[in-house]
Amino acid sequence: MMSFILSIAIWTPICLGILLLIIQKKLSTNVVYKLGNIFGFIAFLITIPLYIFFDTTYSGFQFQEISPWISHFSIQYHLGLDGISLPLVMLTSFITWLVIFISSNSINRSLGSYIASFLILSGLMIGVFLALDAILYYVFWEAMLIPMFLLIGVWGGPNRVYATIKFFLYTVLGSLLMLVAFIYLFNQTGSFSIVDFYTKQLSLNTQVFLFIAFFMAFAVKIPMWPMHTWLPDAHVEAPTGGSVILAAIMLKLGAYSFIRFAMPIAPDGLLLLKPYLIAISLIAIVYIALVAIVQTDMKKLIAYSSISHMGFVTLGLFMLNPLGFEGGYIQMISHGFISAALFFSIGVLYDRMHTREIKDYGGVINSMPLFGSFFVLFAMANSGLPGTSGFVGEFLVILGAMQENFWIAFLAALTLIFGATYSLWLVKRTIFGVVKNKKIAGLVDLNAKEFFVMSALAVLTLTIGIYPALITDITNQSSIVMLELIQQSKI
Amino acid sequence: MLTNILTVALPEIIILISAMSVLLLGVFFKNKNASSLFGITQLALLIAAYFTSQLPIESKLLAFNDMFVADSLSLYLKLLSYFGLSLVLIYSRDYLLKKNLLNGEFFSLVLFALLGINLIISSYHLLTLYMGIELLSLSLYTLVAIDRKRKEATEAAMKYFILGAVASGFLLYGFSMLYGITGSLYLSKISEQIGVTEINPMILSFALVFVTVGIAFKFGAAPFQLWVPDVYQGSSTPITMFIGSVPKFASVAMLIRLLYQTLDHLVMDWQLMLLVMAITSMLLGNITAIAQTKIKRLLAYSTISHVGFMLLGLATGTITGISAALFYIATYVLMTLASFGLIIRLSNQRGDIDKISDLSGLVKDQPWVAFLLLIIFLSLAGIPPTIGFYAKFSIIQATLQFGWIWPAVIAVISALIGIYYYLRMIKIAYFDDTIKATKTSKSVNNELNLTLTMNVLALIVLGLFPSTLMDIATLTSALIF
Repeated sequence: MMSFILSIAIWTPICLGILLLIIQKKLSTNVVYKLGNIFGFIAFLITIPLYIFFDTTYSGFQFQEISPWISHFSIQYHLGLDGISLPLVMLTSFITWLVIFISSNSINRSLGSYIASFLILSGLMIGVFLALDAILYYVFWEAMLIPMFLLIGVWGGPNRVYATIKFFLYTVLGSLLMLVAFIYLFNQTGSFSIVDFYTKQLSLNTQVFLFIAFFMAFAVKIPMWPMHTWLPDAHVEAPTGGSVILAAIMLKLGAYSFIRFAMPIAPDGLLLLKPYLIAISLIAIVYIALVAIVQTDMKKLIAYSSISHMGFVTLGLFMLNPLGFEGGYIQMISHGFISAALFFSIGVLYDRMHTREIKDYGGVINSMPLFGSFFVLFAMANSGLPGTSGFVGEFLVILGAMQENFWIAFLAALTLIFGATYSLWLVKRTIFGVVKNKKIAGLVDLNAKEFFVMSALAVLTLTIGIYPALITDITNQSSIVMLELIQQSKI
Repeated sequence: MLTNILTVALPEIIILISAMSVLLLGVFFKNKNASSLFGITQLALLIAAYFTSQLPIESKLLAFNDMFVADSLSLYLKLLSYFGLSLVLIYSRDYLLKKNLLNGEFFSLVLFALLGINLIISSYHLLTLYMGIELLSLSLYTLVAIDRKRKEATEAAMKYFILGAVASGFLLYGFSMLYGITGSLYLSKISEQIGVTEINPMILSFALVFVTVGIAFKFGAAPFQLWVPDVYQGSSTPITMFIGSVPKFASVAMLIRLLYQTLDHLVMDWQLMLLVMAITSMLLGNITAIAQTKIKRLLAYSTISHVGFMLLGLATGTITGISAALFYIATYVLMTLASFGLIIRLSNQRGDIDKISDLSGLVKDQPWVAFLLLIIFLSLAGIPPTIGFYAKFSIIQATLQFGWIWPAVIAVISALIGIYYYLRMIKIAYFDDTIKATKTSKSVNNELNLTLTMNVLALIVLGLFPSTLMDIATLTSALIF
């Protein structure tokens, strides 16, 4: 049982999703929703043993599974869990469950397929976090695009086709170059195992090319400026659940992959490109935050804010010092909760008003006091208020940047001002002020389901904000080892 | 002597006998009773497959004065050809019956084409090879024109015939030069002669270029691809399915026999030609496909790009390259059959599907068929976990192993362009609203439905466990030399 615990975590949601696809025809929407909800909860429950049995004092990969898969290319079915992947796996299964839980509010056609897509997507994303074989990882990474492509394309907004094809092509462009890099490494090492890639000596030139190939794949996913243009489109057109998964988990896949692949495999290439990477991260933080301020569509505003926050993650990671690394990682998890909460909130408003234009709102707090309080909390967390998880990550990254150079830290810290500007101005224009129109006066406050989702995310945001050791205890050992690996020259 | 011929060439003899008997029996079994002809043909394929599989894979058996060979390559490609043709017949049965085309002539022509394919695959002598090519080509020209009341079919057949004759001429010209400079028509002897004797490089290079051009034409590789879209569009769908699938095995065999086994000393010379053709085919096929509005034309350009991928693997001149190409051709044929099978299935149900937009909103009235379409086109695009991914993967691996980084990057970019129009097909089936009011009253043959489903599921199952097929392809290519 324990030896297959990772396979179970990956394949249970996928199998349940396929099962739901098959049986949904004969069932009523209500039954499908209940069943999907149970399935989602099961998929979440089976990841809890990972957390319970995880040994925080051990830095290597745990619960490993190895069996030959494609012998001709010595590709293995190799899974493993370490401190860097565990929190992300938990985040994935938890957020997926919440998305399914709240799905019946906004989706009124083919609910079964909608839920099934999320279940399959969640299994594939967990697969990406657990795979230790480059091709296994690549298969999960690409296969994940298919459910998301359909989610945006079938249940999305008016311009969904453009958005979903753009999303697919951008991601595939990057990942195909990554595939070339993998095959190149295979021809050098004779294996697709990530662990073998770590120890391979490579010339500086090769490392630079490899890093650029990986960068193309992961920077699109994160997304880093200037490859970010697909994200606002995808977010605006995606259904609420799609936006939540995109922001909370899919973007993290890029950052995770930087830690898992690009940085330890090509450390010297990374060192050479470090100034440019930091510059790109700073542009994302400052410029994209400014772009976010002028948005008139709420979802677009949050999408740009996501890009800006992911800039913080990459800045922290590329600092290559423990503070920055830790900060970047916490920022990833914290952004997972906060962005999910913000997209859920916009979903709540959109389901009632069917508009996302900021100018159509005003004084929502008068008719939805509960919702208003939650929204203010999450907006504050988004702008990095102490006590919330948003603060911890940003603070650590700025400290890490300070060790490197004062001006980098200064530019990064500007986000505390810009972030507060767009978040709080959004709150001022939508939640507070006079009641704009009759529709707002007639709004109904959160129902039980929505309240549950909001409060769960609020509790997590505050817990991590007050006690970040919850995350750092898990990641500590693995990130120390990983940083050592990254700081070692491989020439 | 006779026993030798009987063991080595028994499958071909069986095919020849059944081809002629089907033609005779066709006089008595008219349209309505054509299912017995169908049964006979399938049985013949089964028996031929049985006897082919009895041949040893490790050794090279020769017959007919060493003009005919049975080795690992012929075993692999012949078995795939029988399988492919069998699927073609199952898919096309209902469609042809409705058009009054299911008769003795059809089955006989298809079997003669198969005989030609087998001859090409097994040829060890330039005359055998040429005979196979002509047998295959003449059968195909006639098959294209078999629906003689349609003007487009006749036009396509004419175009195919004229261009095909020119290509055969090129090949024959090249062959005659090879004969002139080496004094032999045996592939192995030509190779030996080129290796040992001083030969006028001018004549040799002319011979090489003519032979390569001939192969490229039969393959449908750019810049000799002009016939492909017109023939695909003009023929009736089952014929297009046949032309697009099984004869490609013969093209691969022809290339390996002529370039790897005959002109192997000139590898440096033909390598560059193949590389250029591979890159042009991949880019031209994929870019032109974007602008297509007809399904069959789109699939024609997609074929050209797939041919480019195969040529890229074959251009490396290594065993890894051959093994990747052999794997690719098997998966390509499986995907092509599935895609045309799907078109035929829908055509049987709602009348001929011609434009891409005829598929719009498919998911709303037939979610299962739309799902099959999704898998087929993802596989053609090379997205994991479908088999199409491993096909492209092994080609790119072979290319990089040979040290060609830029060709690999170009292959990847052209694959990306390909993904765009494959996605557009999925988009039309899944996201668009239904344009044409569909009448799905006509029920579809269960046999066809089942075969199509199995065919598409094979794309996923092989995608999850590609190991076996890969090992077979590797073994085959390792045993060729």
